Amino acid sequence: MNANALLTRLRGQIPLLVTAVLLVSMFSVGSVQYDGFFSGQVVLNLLIDNAFLLVVAVGMTFVVLTGGIDLSVGAVVALSTMVSAWLVEQHGWPPLLVIPLVLLMGTAGGWLMGWIIHVFEIQPFIVTLAGMFLARGLCYTISVESISITDPQYTAMAQTRIPLGDLFVSPSALVALLVVAAGFVVLHYTRLGRNVYALGGSEQSALLMGLPVQRTKTTVYAISGFCSALGGVLLTFYMLSGYGLHAVGLELDAIAAVVIGGTLLTGGSGYVLGTLLGVLVLGLIQTVISFQGTLSSWWTRIVIGALLFVFIVLQRLITARRR
Amino acid sequence: MSAPMNTATAASPVKAVTRSRLFWPAVVLAVLLVANLAFTPDFFSVHLQGGHLYGSLIDILHFGAPLILVSLGMTLVIATGGIDLSVGSTVAISGALACLHISDSSDPGSLGTVLTAVGIALGTALVLGTVNGVLVARVGVQPIIATLILMVAGRGVAQLITDGQIITVTSDPFKLIGGGYWLTMPFAILLSALVVLAAVLLTRFTALGLLLESVGGNPVASRLVGIRAMRLVALVYVFSALCAALAGLMVSSNVSAADGNNAGLWIELDAILAVVLGGTSLNGGRFSIGGTVLGALIIQTLSTTVYTIGIPPETTLVFKAFVVISVCLIQSPVFRAKLAARGRRTRRSTRSHAAAPTNREVGA
Amino acid sequence: MRQQPVLEVRGIRKEFPGVVALDGVDFRLFPGEVHALMGENGAGKSTLIKVLTGVHPSDGGDMVLAGERVRVAGPLQAQQAGISTVYQEVNLCPNLSVAENIFIGREPRRFGLIDWAAMRRRAAELVRELDLDVDVSAPLNSYSIAVQQLVAIVRAVDVSAKVLILDEPTSSLDRDEVRQLFAVMRRLRDQGVAILFVSHFLDQIYEICDRMTVLRNGRLEGEYLTSELNQVELVSRMIGAELAGLDQLGGGKRRERTAPVRGAAFLEADRLARRGAVEPYDLDIRPGEVIGLAGLLGSGRTEAARLLFGADQSDGGTIRIEGAVTALRSPRDAIAHGIAFCSENRKTEGLVGELTVRENIVLALQASRGWLRPLSRTAQEQYVQRWIRALDIRPGDPEALVRNLSGGNQQKVLLARWLITDPKLLILDEPTRGIDIGAKAEIQKLVANLAEDGMAVLFISAELEEVLRLSHRIGVLRDHRMVAQLDNDGELTPERVMATIASGAQE
Repeated sequence: MNANALLTRLRGQIPLLVTAVLLVSMFSVGSVQYDGFFSGQVVLNLLIDNAFLLVVAVGMTFVVLTGGIDLSVGAVVALSTMVSAWLVEQHGWPPLLVIPLVLLMGTAGGWLMGWIIHVFEIQPFIVTLAGMFLARGLCYTISVESISITDPQYTAMAQTRIPLGDLFVSPSALVALLVVAAGFVVLHYTRLGRNVYALGGSEQSALLMGLPVQRTKTTVYAISGFCSALGGVLLTFYMLSGYGLHAVGLELDAIAAVVIGGTLLTGGSGYVLGTLLGVLVLGLIQTVISFQGTLSSWWTRIVIGALLFVFIVLQRLITARRR
Repeated sequence: MSAPMNTATAASPVKAVTRSRLFWPAVVLAVLLVANLAFTPDFFSVHLQGGHLYGSLIDILHFGAPLILVSLGMTLVIATGGIDLSVGSTVAISGALACLHISDSSDPGSLGTVLTAVGIALGTALVLGTVNGVLVARVGVQPIIATLILMVAGRGVAQLITDGQIITVTSDPFKLIGGGYWLTMPFAILLSALVVLAAVLLTRFTALGLLLESVGGNPVASRLVGIRAMRLVALVYVFSALCAALAGLMVSSNVSAADGNNAGLWIELDAILAVVLGGTSLNGGRFSIGGTVLGALIIQTLSTTVYTIGIPPETTLVFKAFVVISVCLIQSPVFRAKLAARGRRTRRSTRSHAAAPTNREVGA
Repeated sequence: MRQQPVLEVRGIRKEFPGVVALDGVDFRLFPGEVHALMGENGAGKSTLIKVLTGVHPSDGGDMVLAGERVRVAGPLQAQQAGISTVYQEVNLCPNLSVAENIFIGREPRRFGLIDWAAMRRRAAELVRELDLDVDVSAPLNSYSIAVQQLVAIVRAVDVSAKVLILDEPTSSLDRDEVRQLFAVMRRLRDQGVAILFVSHFLDQIYEICDRMTVLRNGRLEGEYLTSELNQVELVSRMIGAELAGLDQLGGGKRRERTAPVRGAAFLEADRLARRGAVEPYDLDIRPGEVIGLAGLLGSGRTEAARLLFGADQSDGGTIRIEGAVTALRSPRDAIAHGIAFCSENRKTEGLVGELTVRENIVLALQASRGWLRPLSRTAQEQYVQRWIRALDIRPGDPEALVRNLSGGNQQKVLLARWLITDPKLLILDEPTRGIDIGAKAEIQKLVANLAEDGMAVLFISAELEEVLRLSHRIGVLRDHRMVAQLDNDGELTPERVMATIASGAQE
């Protein structure tokens, strides 16, 4: 019986193991193939360049763990950059007021979507699709053009480099890692986190065990909204502009990172740390392709698609065998 | 004696019309069209010039043709309780393949070249649709997820085909598909009308429509009456891909170019919106091709209206957001029940204040 | 001698639109007893449980828990008040560890964070107290259903140890697993827990229960000590209403042609079985013959029939159709051989609610023809009109949505669907359940006529009266086993069928 338990536990980890192996082998192949690839800074750059994606993907992990999906994240990121740029640049609001406001907005939006999904029993994908339309549309009601940011506090955030010995990271990367850590603690050491897993395992059971299903569900979408807004703030630091076309297709990257990170799309199984690995894999694909030089950027999409295919079929096989 | 008879007979046709599934989409479309009159007085005028029909209405049909096609495929997919997110990528891939073949050929203007290009595009769509269909029907992956794969990878493939460039072609036969005229009408209108007609014939004059609605409406019961659901479900994904490919040909032909990056961008969302607007439930079951066509025309008219009024066209997204959510709420049984309960409660409380709310705590 | 009841309900009433599910039911549960709740389909068993656990609010009556009047507003409140339930379908989260499943929602915390070490330690203690060999940090789905069930009990008892409701926990357990469950139940009973036990297995009831409450048609039939009510008496109290009805009908209306039907069998099942559903059984059905399947709810009647239709796959035995061994891999195969099956779950397994009466009626015939050979509209109209008239389906509008029809009319639509396929064997699973008397009589008449015209019919019903009136032979099922096949030779009495159901004794 114990061997059986061990096997079941191991089987659940297969996608994560595959991802870890993939990451290590991609990095080693890159290091052997290209000069300057094997350096700590390449790894740190992965974090710097993908900080906003990492934050968004952590929020997405919460949603996917409950068995839901959030298609609005890219649009909410864009709206956050837009609102930040608009308030800071055109209205002269102080960033210290704007950033909390943007975060609040994202959280409230996510909460509302979660509420509609739960109370009216509408599929998450269609509700968050409407959220996506709304957020992108609102960007354009502010401005169709890109608004660039010259505020000194924002440019400072964009340019600050925090040295780590010979290497450096950006403040955004640290924020992203902080979010990962917070996500880990919430998911594994709080009742909210365990309720998220319970909900993904079986909503019916969660209800009958007396768990707060509605509160958990709305909170999860609120967390995703918060992470999207925070991702938007980080992207604003990175791009120093607000634009309605920022982060187009980010929801797909976030979902891909979550899936590649070993979280089951049907919910109930997965880790935030897996999502970190997933984001690193996505970043590494881009890095390899840029080091390669002859490969064009669209190969990123194709490789991500292929990875998605492999992982989704893998998940399907694992869950099918469990039945 | 005769007076009540009259009202009864007069009321029933009216009721029949308002209860028709097409009634509300048609009303919305009509209101939108009439609203345009306020901004463009000659909105409804159609005139013949150089053997071609021109006018705003023709434009709406013309530019709406690709969306109609994609929505048509989406309708059947949604009828089985699925969804196809990959149509936008299929649009891009099909346009890219066709343009690549034509631009590489020694004789881009010949009919043979164009027919081969169309064949390549449709053949590829067949393969893509089969992949989706097998993933959903055979492997048992949720439709959103299964088609998400192609949605992500497909864009990359389309860019790979065009090498990241915009391939421009000059080919008269190809130009006909999306930008040419035939019998005074834009060919795209005729082509999409033909496909819609074929789909109607295929679903309503064979048993296909009934079997699809049965599979979408109650999969368990469908198995027990001996319907081969797996095959049917796989088939609709193939059909959806073929429709998307045809739309892709139209889009690229209209501008005589293939843009792997932007062709068919967000069309999957518009198509879902058109289907939902047309009264087909996202939960599967009953579908209405007529409703979908109206839905697609509503979306196209909306875009046209926004252009003519001079609002930034991107803000239509805000409007679409509210449409999606309200249509979904109306379709949601829970929402209806709550609304009905509220209606009953107010009615009851106005009728008699004495009625004690004994069973009020149901909601707990 | 005996203390106060820990749970007592008086005059509980529950109505659903059009049905009174519970009509003034009294029920008592004492600490330290295992109490069986008995009743057939529609008796109100599951409604009573749902009222006790707060899933349904009651429409009237009192509930007293440990001396205090309570009103439970939901499962959570019920748990907090001291009533926990373990359902047949294990309602735990298979993806979480055993320890988490026991403690979720009430995890021990330190500094606001979950204290995993404490949780595992306490879970291990609880599991050990019940003598279970379970690794509490392993995910729940690495254990069998039986163990999962025990984990659910551990949770339920730890949440609130006053009242434990076990709703059909044994239906998918094997003998050893049941023994283990009973050991746990006895231990809990000795600790003073009041256990309400629901099971379809009469032997289990008599093995473990101290007292029982019998419900019938939403009313209390009586409360008995298990030692004072034998199985035959119990069965007659559970299905007594049908006996009374039969007495009124008298002998004259009984089936006249009781002579056995001769000829070659259309279908022969030989040692047909499916693990966990029905044990190996033999059955043969001739054209023109009505075979009744009798047995209590959950005795394996439906499961036996589904194997004959390919709806479930058998894992042993063979089926011969018209003499040839035939594998029925899917309903489609069965339909191709002329078999039709009306499921007992009209809504979930039968009708497509949003399609019209006409579409639902032609569905099976159309499916067998394939989509390329549609039935013409006129042919459809003819079939539909004919059967609407023949079965008196109301409203008689072929374009009415089937979900708006009453239960009896929906059943007739379902019958019409299969009759137009002109089947050689018609399997009817509870075709008269939940429909009005008039429709019931019509359906019974129809079945008799169909058999007279040479159709083989397998007729499943919980009502002995019906089964006796219609069948030439009756297969009796008990605890997933076919225990007897009785010839309805005119001397067969309901009492004897009942005795067979109760005791399983074969002649």
